[in-house]
Amino acid sequence: MGERQRLGPARAELLDQRARVLRAIRGFFEERDFLEVETPLLVPSPGLEVHLRAVTAGNGQYLITSPEYQMKRLLAGGLQQIFTVCKCFRAGEQGAQHNVEFTMLEWYRAGAGLEQVLIDTEDLVAACADAVGSAVDVSRPWDRLTVGEAMKRWADIDLRGDEDVDELRARVTAAGVDVGTATEWDDLFFCAFVEHVEPALAAHPRPLFLNEWPIRLAALARANPENPAVADRFEAYLGGVELAARDRRGLERYPVDGKFLAALDEGLPPSSGIALGVDRLVMALVAAESIQDVLAFSSDEI
Amino acid sequence: MYDTSDIRKGLKVLMDGNPYTVVEFQFVKPGKGTAFTRTKFKNLLTGAVVDRNIRSGEKLEPANVEEKTMQYLYAEGDDSVFMDKESYEQVNISSEVIGKDKDLLLDNIDCTVLFFNDRPVGVNLPTFILVEITGADPAVKGDTATNVTKPATIETGAEVQVPLFINVGDKIKVDTRSREYVERVKV
Repeated sequence: MGERQRLGPARAELLDQRARVLRAIRGFFEERDFLEVETPLLVPSPGLEVHLRAVTAGNGQYLITSPEYQMKRLLAGGLQQIFTVCKCFRAGEQGAQHNVEFTMLEWYRAGAGLEQVLIDTEDLVAACADAVGSAVDVSRPWDRLTVGEAMKRWADIDLRGDEDVDELRARVTAAGVDVGTATEWDDLFFCAFVEHVEPALAAHPRPLFLNEWPIRLAALARANPENPAVADRFEAYLGGVELAARDRRGLERYPVDGKFLAALDEGLPPSSGIALGVDRLVMALVAAESIQDVLAFSSDEI
Repeated sequence: MYDTSDIRKGLKVLMDGNPYTVVEFQFVKPGKGTAFTRTKFKNLLTGAVVDRNIRSGEKLEPANVEEKTMQYLYAEGDDSVFMDKESYEQVNISSEVIGKDKDLLLDNIDCTVLFFNDRPVGVNLPTFILVEITGADPAVKGDTATNVTKPATIETGAEVQVPLFINVGDKIKVDTRSREYVERVKV
């Protein structure tokens, strides 16, 4: 197939909308006095999320799964308001909402609290929706739901967040969820989440923040001071697409990357930040069926 | 054993002792959670469709199923005899396995026979067959209503609704999925 045939007018229009979103993102942060930074893609330690696999790049190097470590080192270095738009890579993640190589937006505010980044998220998405003339309703304030409420409403499971694995298994299986050979807490939880909650979120007509994630799930996140069974963590959903995630971490438990650890020792100022998938944002705003539709080169066109 | 990365359309797997084929699949992974493949399976014996979320790390057992193109030869008692077009080996298949399509089996047509653990478990007929009318009332003169049909018997034994102008000895095309008359065929 020739390149002209491969692209075509519909695809060119989507690429134009994608470019508008990128411009809107940069304009949004420029207006708010954020500094755009570029962090390395090639690193010795790609992060230690249990469920993320990094792409290896030879010579003991990896491609980043997220720019988080380097962004936090810049915060430790005294920068106040920073954002980056960069490529991230997660091995084996390929599907209608996943591409191994994808574009991530991450921003941080030193000295700010959780509410501020959630407001940033609402405002940013509204600005991007304007930029592409999106028909999707992204008006503020977004709906908010705790994971416990979502599990109760859609999976009919009572979940505190700190139950032991046997108790969780009993509840999940009593609700009729097929758990296969799952034995771990997180696997059991996500069996129920993927079967009942995720499809309901996909059908939800408004953007939504899902918060208060089970403490047993978020080993690295900080417990909510009022309810230690849950962690302060937010995920944003828009049009069935999981858009952004934000953790407040208990930093003392953070592992491995030596220079990152040293930066933490030096002192990371209280800060808030969030990571948002740009391809998915475009996808949700233009109501594309697949992430592949909003890429200049889909995975099978490379 | 297969794992989730092997899942693709048409993959044949064994679940609860039954053979299934993958009809649709989608990679699903909540943020920092476990990866799943949301999969739609069709039971190859009953046609029933089930949805299952297969967690990354789960194993799927391959089903020993095979599809062969076989020619229908003749009826033998309650059985129908088919011949493998490649090996010329003949197989008797019971009415139970063939099911409701038995009275559409036309001599010498090529069917797709599904084998599970080397036993025939299903027969798919070609979508269209050309058959001769062996029994039908003559058209009644003066009946001018449109879309009126009458029952007719075709050479395989099945009864099919046909337009009034169709007579014994005519050849017609029949859709085996719906058992409907498609058109008259000039011989």
